Amino acid sequence: MIMKANIVIVGGGVSGCAIAYNLAKKGVKDIIVLDKSYLTSGATGRCGAGVRQQWGTEMNCRIAKASIEFFEGANEELQYDGDIEFKQEGYLLVASTEKENKQFEKNVELQNKVGIDSRKITLEEAKEIVPYLNTEKLIGAAFCPTDGHLNPFLLTDAYFKAAKRLGVKFYMNQEVTDIEVIDGKVNKVITNDFEIETDVVVNAAGGYSKDVGEMVGVDIPVFSENHEILVTEPIEKTQGPMVMSFSLNIYCQQTPHGSFIMGRGDKEKTPGYNIESTWKFLDRMADTVVGLLPPIGNLRVVRQWGGLYNITPDKQPIYGKCEVEGFYLAVGFSGHGFMFAPMTGLLIAEQILGEENTIDISKLSIDRFKKGELYLEPSVV
Amino acid sequence: MKNTIICRCADITLEDINNLLSSGVTEIEEIKRFTRLGMGPCQGRTCMQLIQRIVANHNGVSIDQIKMHTSRPPVTGVKLNQISRGARNDNES
Repeated sequence: MIMKANIVIVGGGVSGCAIAYNLAKKGVKDIIVLDKSYLTSGATGRCGAGVRQQWGTEMNCRIAKASIEFFEGANEELQYDGDIEFKQEGYLLVASTEKENKQFEKNVELQNKVGIDSRKITLEEAKEIVPYLNTEKLIGAAFCPTDGHLNPFLLTDAYFKAAKRLGVKFYMNQEVTDIEVIDGKVNKVITNDFEIETDVVVNAAGGYSKDVGEMVGVDIPVFSENHEILVTEPIEKTQGPMVMSFSLNIYCQQTPHGSFIMGRGDKEKTPGYNIESTWKFLDRMADTVVGLLPPIGNLRVVRQWGGLYNITPDKQPIYGKCEVEGFYLAVGFSGHGFMFAPMTGLLIAEQILGEENTIDISKLSIDRFKKGELYLEPSVV
Repeated sequence: MKNTIICRCADITLEDINNLLSSGVTEIEEIKRFTRLGMGPCQGRTCMQLIQRIVANHNGVSIDQIKMHTSRPPVTGVKLNQISRGARNDNES
């Protein structure tokens, strides 16, 4: 079967759905979203569900701040029949090294400059926010009260339904097997069941973005890596903010539902598409969380899983055009694609339509790697 | 249907599931993500076979054509303290 579309979006995660919604809202017709499995089956549905603005590069700060502002009114804007479960009780970042503490100072200065209400706080103040925080090995902390938590499945569902109402077509369980390029221009998307003629393709394939880039001959400087998470049984409300430390390698938050979600990175992991759960993660995660938040040790782990970070050399996303005409990138989120999704949707839609961008993202184009103009994000777990 | 509980951990009724199925949801993995069905302490060990039958009936296919959700570790709930102590013992030996 051969179909036609104005725009084909590869990836039914939150980024793909947000891009589709924004394009449709701006009046674009005949948009198709494809996913090789079900909606949110990739990184979106596997993420830690935290949303924060406490970043160390100006671009990440600006994109995060605007995204948080969107979340505040997302139920209404998207006319969602449910609730996206947005909770703003902050991110409490704790430092266990002088270097990290100094980084927090620098970050807070930058964040305040772009209007984010973060602040450097003492360990006593940190204990007021999370009384059972074990500050023994800690040096300092930073806090931003408007950071928080949001349900990834439901936010994606909200975008999906809003986009569908505006006429966007979604085909799930359709794996893109090839993309045809003629004379340097995107021409056709081929899936396991059909072919779609189109001039514009958006790569929002998350962990698989490099493979989709290769289909058009674009070498995207990203790799994928398994990051694991676990969740506990739910209990009554105990902890407001996300507690996070880059040096201790942990993030841990109680969801509105009552369960605690926590994760950490593993520098020894080999890049690839394996998302299996490991004992090593469970051991180290348990040890880290019991040390930092002792009472959490009494909770039972009910489930662990893994998902792919799609990582760039500077830990910032790659947005926009590339050398193949009509091929747009929304990739390389390095573990924070979920929390940036509202701006990803808006900014990519603006780029495709040739509008002026709400936030200048020229620094985030793929060209930066050739020019060597990298701005390394220091604050990533 | 309102009073028929399918997932006891998350209090999901037959009506909740039927509503999702009639809204176009087709897979157990999706039902799980939207409702938390199978994500509670039992991890789907009581409800998964029920939900498999409900989805099969709704889609008009036989039960073996319905993909089950992914079983994830641990097999049963384990306290973080116990895992942490176990990990420390391993490192010492």
